[in-house]
Amino acid sequence: MMKKISVRKAYGEALADYGAVNPKVVVVVADVSSSVFTSFFADRFPKRFFNVGITEQSMVDVAAGLALGGMIPFANTFATLFLRALEQIRTCVAYAKTNVKIVGGYSGLSDFKDGPSHHTEADIAIMRSFPNMTVMEAADAFEVKKMVPLVAEHDGPVYLRISRADMPVLFDDNHEVEIGKSSIVRDGNDVTFIASGMMVSRCLEASKILAEKAIDARLINMYSIKPLDISAVEKAAEETGAIVTAEEHSVIGGLGGAVTETLSNKCMVPIERIGIADIFTETALTHEELLDYYGMGVENIVEAAQRAIRRKRR
Amino acid sequence: MHEGAKNLTYHSEQLVRELNEISRDLRLDVLEMIHRRGQGHPGGSLSAAEIVAALYFHHLRIDSSLPDWPERDRFILSKGHACALLYAALARRKFFPKEELQTWGHLGGRLQGHPDRLKTPGIDMSSGMEGHGVPVGVGLCLAARLKGLRYRVYVLVGDGECQGGVLWEGAMIASKYKISELVVIVDNNNVQLDGPVHEILPLNPLVDKWKAFNFATLEINGHDTQQVLGALDAAEEIHDKPTVIIAHTTKGKGVSFMENQAKWHGLAPNDEEYVRAVSELKGGLKE
Repeated sequence: MMKKISVRKAYGEALADYGAVNPKVVVVVADVSSSVFTSFFADRFPKRFFNVGITEQSMVDVAAGLALGGMIPFANTFATLFLRALEQIRTCVAYAKTNVKIVGGYSGLSDFKDGPSHHTEADIAIMRSFPNMTVMEAADAFEVKKMVPLVAEHDGPVYLRISRADMPVLFDDNHEVEIGKSSIVRDGNDVTFIASGMMVSRCLEASKILAEKAIDARLINMYSIKPLDISAVEKAAEETGAIVTAEEHSVIGGLGGAVTETLSNKCMVPIERIGIADIFTETALTHEELLDYYGMGVENIVEAAQRAIRRKRR
Repeated sequence: MHEGAKNLTYHSEQLVRELNEISRDLRLDVLEMIHRRGQGHPGGSLSAAEIVAALYFHHLRIDSSLPDWPERDRFILSKGHACALLYAALARRKFFPKEELQTWGHLGGRLQGHPDRLKTPGIDMSSGMEGHGVPVGVGLCLAARLKGLRYRVYVLVGDGECQGGVLWEGAMIASKYKISELVVIVDNNNVQLDGPVHEILPLNPLVDKWKAFNFATLEINGHDTQQVLGALDAAEEIHDKPTVIIAHTTKGKGVSFMENQAKWHGLAPNDEEYVRAVSELKGGLKE
């Protein structure tokens, strides 16, 4: 069993630590600071912390104003609640190209206990369709720790997607992230998993099962969903001939969409997409149980890989 | 004179006369631009001419040779559809050549259908979708505090715009942080795209609403330059809360057949109407 660490807590700690390094960093939050752990930043830098109450739309606009004034605002609420502020994000952040970091917490199904109102299945699809927007998702606590300075120092709008879950540890302090890049977690030549967030560790488990069946799977952690690491995707298609995308998001328009769009331009190979089918999910007692129930289980991933391999042999 | 405008500072008749002439010239620019382009929003541009003239030709601390000067006052045209007026003011303040006004709306040009901060020198924030100016202004003021800069932020909103919730969220946040550097000006021209504001979605009591959101309120005749200047000065003396200036105006002001008519919210005059409008405006100041 892999060790697990809270990704949201790691984000909160990283943000507070980076706040000490970079005095331009400010935090705005819509009444969820003890949930997404921007409270750590608030404790250390109260003058650079603005809790604006349940005003997600205004929060985004306030962040845009802070950016116009030369600060680097991190705007925080649950990923679903940012959907309320999409016009603000499009007009005042993406279009106006303000240096705002939109941090969507409790992403995917990770707020399992609060049910479908709190689940997020559409955020990546929407955010990646906005020009100027960079979209990233962290696969573990070490990765999010590296992402905070990266996105802060990137000049431009970023959507950073963060799970509520304690996620299996994949990396360590030597892990490196770069916008537009990805990391290879496991190399292989029979099929490639292209995964983000929570699904990276699940794909790693699936690849171990596949290895027992003499199938050698490559696993790409596609933490930069936009810009996508196109060369890694094309290389995987060419070298392994079959792709399985895996994300804790709708199968429409997210990472699977991005990979499929990319390959359609160059080298089409069999692609299987793991994610939430086009349905609203339900409440459950655990996050893991929800992922399994909605087709994002390790078994589902193994089967998808086998299907993809069968399709390329036709 | 409206209640609240009685104790305002007094500016010289010469300044007022000069600004009134500029207001008239801006109106003429606006009509020329809209007529030439065959597109645009005359009603809400004409209603704000004295306000924009007072800001850009007297009150704002700006320098067209340094459009990115960090300490400049900021102006956000939250009612972005009145951009012809702002473009005309910026051109006359030499942020870009006046001839460029003729390229408004041309593909590849710097003057977009609504203000674009990345394309047009002097535009502090892109706008076009109503409701953003107040909260964006709040953020700009918070940044000024953190950086120790003394600029002030002026946000011009429409009265129809006050129907949207985001503006009031922003107002609450401004109150929480006692952002006295923020001045919201409501171009209260009583008419929106689809008709009179009181028919579409009544706003009154508008002044009481702003009071309830803990704003200092000043109520003026927005076409009386003396009152506009006085209110802008008065707002600088308020140090414990944000200020709103409710400027009572007339949609389409200065062109008789456009005044108070919703149809002129977003309609360009034809050749004959344009000639009539210009002749009325040119005669207007001689009265």
